[in-house]
Amino acid sequence: MDKMICIVCPRGCHLEIDENNNVTGNFCPRGVKYAINELSHPERMITSTVKVLSGDLKRLSVATSKPIPKEKIFDVMNEIKKVEVRGPLPINSVIIENVLGLNVDIISTRVLKEK
Amino acid sequence: MTNYDLIIIGGGSGGIAAAVSAYDNGISSILLIEKEAYLGGILLQCIHNGFGLHTYKEELTGPEYANRASSELLKRKINYKLNSMVIDITPDFVVTYTNKEEGYQQVKAKAIICATGCSERSRGAIAIPGDRPQGVMSAGQAQKYLNIEGYMVGKKVFILGSGDIGLIMARRMVLEGAEVLGVAEIMPYSNGLNRNIVQCLNDYNIPLYLSHTVKEIKGQGKLEKIVICKVDDKLQYIDGTEQEISVDTLLLSVGLIPSNPLIENLGVEIHPRTKGPIVDESYQTSIPGIFSCGNSLHVHDLVDFVSLEGKKAGFFAAKYIKNELCTNQKVDIKNGVGVSYVLPTQVDIQNIDELQINFRCVKPFKTCYIIVKNGDKVIKTIKKPYLVPSEMEKVVIKKDLLQNLDYLTVEVVDG
Amino acid sequence: MYDVIIIGAGVIGASIARELSKYTLKVLVIEKENDVCEGTTSANSAIIHSGYDPEPNTKKAYYNVLGNKMYDKICQELDVSFRRNGSITIAVDDEEAKILDELVERARLNNVEVKILNQQELQEIEPNITKKAIKGLLAPTAGIINPFELNVALMENAMDNGVELSLNDKVLKISGEFGNYQVNTTKSVYHSKYLINASGVFGDEINDTINKSYFEIKARKGEYFVLDHFDNDFIKHTLFNVPSSKGKGVIVAPTTSYNYIVGPSSEFVDSKDDVSTDYITLNQIKKSATNLVDNIDYSKQIRQFAGLRAVSSTKDFVIDSPKKGFINVTGIQSPGLTAAPAIAIDVAKFIEEKELKVTYNPRRKPIVRMKNLSLEERNALVKQDPRYGNIICRCEKISEGEIVDAINRNCGATTVKGVKKRVRPGFGKCQGGFCEVSVVNILSRELNKNILDIEYGKKGSNVVSNKMGGASND
Repeated sequence: MDKMICIVCPRGCHLEIDENNNVTGNFCPRGVKYAINELSHPERMITSTVKVLSGDLKRLSVATSKPIPKEKIFDVMNEIKKVEVRGPLPINSVIIENVLGLNVDIISTRVLKEK
Repeated sequence: MTNYDLIIIGGGSGGIAAAVSAYDNGISSILLIEKEAYLGGILLQCIHNGFGLHTYKEELTGPEYANRASSELLKRKINYKLNSMVIDITPDFVVTYTNKEEGYQQVKAKAIICATGCSERSRGAIAIPGDRPQGVMSAGQAQKYLNIEGYMVGKKVFILGSGDIGLIMARRMVLEGAEVLGVAEIMPYSNGLNRNIVQCLNDYNIPLYLSHTVKEIKGQGKLEKIVICKVDDKLQYIDGTEQEISVDTLLLSVGLIPSNPLIENLGVEIHPRTKGPIVDESYQTSIPGIFSCGNSLHVHDLVDFVSLEGKKAGFFAAKYIKNELCTNQKVDIKNGVGVSYVLPTQVDIQNIDELQINFRCVKPFKTCYIIVKNGDKVIKTIKKPYLVPSEMEKVVIKKDLLQNLDYLTVEVVDG
Repeated sequence: MYDVIIIGAGVIGASIARELSKYTLKVLVIEKENDVCEGTTSANSAIIHSGYDPEPNTKKAYYNVLGNKMYDKICQELDVSFRRNGSITIAVDDEEAKILDELVERARLNNVEVKILNQQELQEIEPNITKKAIKGLLAPTAGIINPFELNVALMENAMDNGVELSLNDKVLKISGEFGNYQVNTTKSVYHSKYLINASGVFGDEINDTINKSYFEIKARKGEYFVLDHFDNDFIKHTLFNVPSSKGKGVIVAPTTSYNYIVGPSSEFVDSKDDVSTDYITLNQIKKSATNLVDNIDYSKQIRQFAGLRAVSSTKDFVIDSPKKGFINVTGIQSPGLTAAPAIAIDVAKFIEEKELKVTYNPRRKPIVRMKNLSLEERNALVKQDPRYGNIICRCEKISEGEIVDAINRNCGATTVKGVKKRVRPGFGKCQGGFCEVSVVNILSRELNKNILDIEYGKKGSNVVSNKMGGASND
């Protein structure tokens, strides 16, 4: 029996998973998926910022388009740290396509206007 | 002097939702005043995800949520001013604001919604003794340096308080290359969301010291060391449990306090527990015509709830402006055993179809019951698997249960 | 070659500098910290004492009474916040009431106006004082001042009149004699006819570098609470405990900006840099304060601080010249802030050959306090400079224009704390949580310095550690 706290949403359900992958304690179906994933290949969303070379902001906030394998967090952060952008860029523009071949994009999460 | 039906102070998620809702309920003469250069409020520096599951049914980052909310406002041609600080409200609702372009201007309103957010408790507010070097700052201040300005504030970090901003900043600092040596929480339980303990601390092996606090700060120009120690159940230092930790940064996540200097000056009654105004079911404060919502009313766990509250405040403010708000049958709502505060503290059921009472419990509960009483009579009981003070709880009571009201009480008792 | 070098830019050094700037003298002030007002002047009760308290026929009594009378004019000329709010010393038992009567006699000897108040009179003029109060001693000439503004304004005005200031400059060695003293510092070697030692708690050390030791300065620490504004009439006078066998007691006082301070403690410390607070002392202060005000709402506390007083082994101010041309002005503990301008006049008398300067201007260009102006006055300013319309500090309502002005004057701010001391952003409830980032950006822009080089306060207290990622880091 494994116990964990679901991190899918802020509710934070207390989950229990037995040997047959039966999940209890979840409020919604996403808890089941989370529990099974977390045991086999944990994933996390990553958010950060990238440097703006020209635009109305000093930093542009970005996020992974989907969760990435937990063990790749720092590798992906290193890729994000290399990026520089110029405005204008609409919100949710792809900043890095298919980062490190993970089939996940890094997308912007804010509108970047021209200076 | 320009006259408006409604002036909204604060262009964060509460103010935006209030403006949109008042507009949708027939008020078109609205002015929203925001001090920063963008709509969205503090969400713009909250670049992490986890926002919007209730409102938009998907998980957004703070800036994305702010973008969606403000686009609703922009669609409606609601007047708003950016980079403008409100510095005064008079008893007859003359609002003075200032910005670089217009200078100091006065505008007048029939009703005002205050959605001015909250501020972080400072080191001084909790009186941490010791030297006063640079390097001790609130978690939100550090968040602004990192996420908006693009500067790191330190390399060896400790965090006091397990509030969500502190936990989020622990992870953020680690991702940017800092070493986060631990988080101390004076209570025997965490004050942050469970998911943040997991994905911000556990994921990065950051220890959480429960029942611990910072006893001393050391360093002349720059922070050099902190001394943490254990506290007993009366939250007093336990001698002999001191540990010295070398750090250059101490982030404080020790509580948020609703920020209402403008209407406090006007004499709005303040709730001793929430530190925000006392409101009734219509989110009207003790001064008729002044409404309050969002984190300046009481500190919320989720922005979704702020938006929802803003929506209601906007709805009721519109009713007030249209002279449709009843206030002649108010009864009190009190916090009973196990409950630290309830909101609202008064209700006039003529204005509503169902009553939602928000509250926080005084301590963590395992299986327990939420009990709502009218006078001595129990009118509703809800069983809960657990309740924690860090999560705001609510009960919704249908109008048919709210007849012949004396006063209402909300209690939490062990199951 | 300077005519006079003053060591120390606290209120004593700055008062002397301003006094000497009236004359055709070449004057340099050397300060080891990166701003003026960094020692005792920056952390005390901010009171202009009436002068009934010091033992008659001491320097303390003499300069206190003289200095007190000078402050209306000084604060008008220099645009410094000052209010004669009066002080009340409060007796809570018969022993203390008896001491009050003795103090009336002392006041008469010192030639200071005082008045005894009975229980009813006390409650009438200060409704929030403790119900234990049985008798009070009112000293109407006592006042409160903004010591930061005062210290900065004195130095600024001195500089406007030609005095030079060297910051981050620590004295290492002094040699020579009258007519040619040599001062070796961390920055340079200076020569001067006269040397004035106004180095506060370090006064004995500076003296001993060139003279025989004839006094010792010990640092006595005082800790305080600061409360946020909540009711400008909560306490109007400066309230003192009666000095009695139980100790010296504390004060509860409003500040010129309508905060309240509670303190100080009084404890000798070994280190002359130790301005730390500790919880045991802070709790003792709370206890002592209950003999002044019953219900102080500490949920309004926004800061605790401590300062050091320079206590001389001579039990009085040290103001003399042990060697021709070398003048000690040290051991200036309470009532030093009050005494400073009177001391400065007498210190100037040590400088023999000097002439009044025709160009001397005693007035400092007034500082703008947007908060105190009418709407029309504010808008007139915004028209001249739109930055006066941009509020940076929401707690204290300070505009960008005021901050820029504080940076760009003589003796201007170069650090976040320097801005805070001059125009108050960071003094409010948020303690800089909201406005510090903006202040840092303004400092960087106005001083043309990289943000990485902007310090909070003392040297090395840089606000940020490094710029975040991006391939081409600039």
